[in-house]
Amino acid sequence: MKYITEYRNKNVSHKIADVINTLVKGYKGKIALMEVCGTHTHSIFRSGIMSLLSDKIEHLSGPGCPVCVTPNEYIDMAIAYSRLPDTIIATFGDMIKVPGSTSSLEKEKASGGKVKIVYSPLESLKIAKKNPEKKVIFLGVGFETTAPLVASTILSAAEEKINNFFVLSGHKLIPPAMTALLESKEINIDGFICPGHVSAIIGEKPYYPIVEKYGIPSVIIGFEPLDLLEGIEMLINQITKNKEPSVENQYKRVVRREGNEQALSLLDKVFDITDSTWRGLGNLTKSGLTIKNIYSKFDAKKQINCKIEKTKENPVCICGEVLCGIKKPFECKLFSKTCTPENPIGPCMVSSEGTCSAYYKFKKE
Amino acid sequence: MKKKQREEDKILLSHGSGGKAMSSLIKKMVVEKFNNYILNELNDSALLPASKDKKICFTTDSYVVQPIFFPGGDIGTLAVNGTINDLAVMGAKPLYLSCSFIIEEGLEMNILDRITNSIKTASKKANVEIVTGDTKVVEKGNADKIFINTAGVGVMQKDFLLSKKKIQVGDKIIINGEIGAHGLAVMSKRENFKTDIKSDCAPLWSLIEQMLSVGGVKFMRDPTRGGVATVLCEIAANADFGIQLHETDLPIHDNVLSFSEILGLDPLYVANEGKVIAVVDKDIASVMLKQMKKDPLGKEASIIGEITKKNTGRVILETVIGGTRIIDRLTGNQLPRIC
Amino acid sequence: MCLAVPMKLVKIEGNKGLVELSGVKKEISLTLLKDVEIGDYLIIHAGFAIEKLNEKEAKKTLEIWEEIANLQKQ
Repeated sequence: MKYITEYRNKNVSHKIADVINTLVKGYKGKIALMEVCGTHTHSIFRSGIMSLLSDKIEHLSGPGCPVCVTPNEYIDMAIAYSRLPDTIIATFGDMIKVPGSTSSLEKEKASGGKVKIVYSPLESLKIAKKNPEKKVIFLGVGFETTAPLVASTILSAAEEKINNFFVLSGHKLIPPAMTALLESKEINIDGFICPGHVSAIIGEKPYYPIVEKYGIPSVIIGFEPLDLLEGIEMLINQITKNKEPSVENQYKRVVRREGNEQALSLLDKVFDITDSTWRGLGNLTKSGLTIKNIYSKFDAKKQINCKIEKTKENPVCICGEVLCGIKKPFECKLFSKTCTPENPIGPCMVSSEGTCSAYYKFKKE
Repeated sequence: MKKKQREEDKILLSHGSGGKAMSSLIKKMVVEKFNNYILNELNDSALLPASKDKKICFTTDSYVVQPIFFPGGDIGTLAVNGTINDLAVMGAKPLYLSCSFIIEEGLEMNILDRITNSIKTASKKANVEIVTGDTKVVEKGNADKIFINTAGVGVMQKDFLLSKKKIQVGDKIIINGEIGAHGLAVMSKRENFKTDIKSDCAPLWSLIEQMLSVGGVKFMRDPTRGGVATVLCEIAANADFGIQLHETDLPIHDNVLSFSEILGLDPLYVANEGKVIAVVDKDIASVMLKQMKKDPLGKEASIIGEITKKNTGRVILETVIGGTRIIDRLTGNQLPRIC
Repeated sequence: MCLAVPMKLVKIEGNKGLVELSGVKKEISLTLLKDVEIGDYLIIHAGFAIEKLNEKEAKKTLEIWEEIANLQKQ
């Protein structure tokens, strides 16, 4: 596979790992690197790169899994919609098992709710066209990589006058989450592994004020094993050689400094930046995307009325602290006893990128 | 959300996906209730004592695949090969099949014609006879076009018993060819991708017969739903050995690997319908490979791992870059993801 | 998040394209990109092309790594 296989070379991987391990040899203490991207969590575990690196380097998984940071409130709303007689819920596969206050979309499907898993938001538009008598509601979750796609889909719906298509926007923005983490006194992060494809959209600039204010080395990194290793080498270089913290771009073949202007302008056209509730981080200002008034006819929140159950949170579930890197999964009383991939209590166990799920599958410690 | 460990109160799709949810369901609803020494082995086929020197192998499976026609096969080919392969991996020569249909009202006659033609072709190719069956029609909406159940009977050819208990440290793990084709062929139709991936659905007895003639085979399984990973986890579960798998030795075609990358699926967990995993004595492994490669279904046979002393009860994968990760059983269904 | 893979653009039809990777083909939306040409490698996420792969940049890094890999073999 061109531009994929070349980034999986074993010899080069070991060479870079050796360089990293040499750099940290004399370093006092541990180095905590946090990634804020579910696909990074998955790639790191799947490639097994941490088994090549010194124990001094600690890998923290932050709130980068859109499924995990989506609060119960959103899931409960989606579930309530699915119970209406004239709706079809279209969603990415990631969301189907996430538990809300008392149910999940998977369970609603079993009870007769019409829930369809789609690969692309465009498929939900096709479903709307095929089922004019139904209200098709697409669950818009995901960060800056996915939101432009949903914006484009809403514009297509407007152009083609598809009036039974709606989006329940749960889109969120990564830089505010990074800031919130750094503001927290409980978390110690020495470097950020910045999300490669979010950065392909937003570019390097949104990270500059964060690095300037908090002095955190931040490197934009791709997803293949060699990308991860090269990016970690760049971070370790900054940290161990006491360099001025800066934003660097390891993923230059995809990420341009200015980002994808076309995608950003679509975002700007369709969405307003508003405050948003994150599981684990609470309410963050200017961290979410709400559909603009001009496109309110596609906004499920404004167009579809139904009774939503009162949101309940499990008092023992510590997903919030886990996904901020404050606690490890095995510090949760429920982890691997009550809360397992077959019976997930919190979203961190559901998503294959959720920290708890990744730990359960790959580490089991 | 007040939750304690509680049972599911409804059947979910994940209960049928070959992973942990299904195992739990089977344990509770089948094993604990029907409980007998033959059933409790939970083999792919049941070994029935027929006479002093001969054992009959008996198995059954139901086929509910959607879509019913997919690249490389259909529900009919699956219904034959899936069941006879469950006999073959026990070391039994498949002889007879029953075939029962549950048909949804309104199914076009020509579709049933196509499917039964496939069953005829597949059974002739595999030298098995369909000797009995049943047909039911249910009201529209009560079945998804057609469901098929086949039960199969075979005879053990020699008095050897393939058993997990025979597996020893040092044994090699062999697969007869590339993984992931069936599941992704079906997926390609569902997800509207154009690919040249075809299901690997095929009858394995003639290949397995060759393998048994070489000798040294300790245990075999066909990695259907849940894929190679799930079968290996089942072998390692509660064992006094571990399994080491090598990612670079897994035979996988580029198109299958690419498609799984695009959808975010792991080929180790994707269903296969023409593959057998065999645990064999290390001293005959290379001879076994040579013999397998003579058969059309064994051309890409490969040693993919070995039985180890360490990591007992676990399956460990050495990744392409030489790192390690633990392979666990599939939990529910593997779903395409964006994240 | 952001599962995305590089696929080669083989056909353009308005704001839709056909991309291909090892024989796997999919129709995708080009609404997020301007100025794409047949033969470009595009990063595909959930049915959309989100960026064009910069082959010059890719080649720079790959050449360095190839040297490293060859050194190891010697």
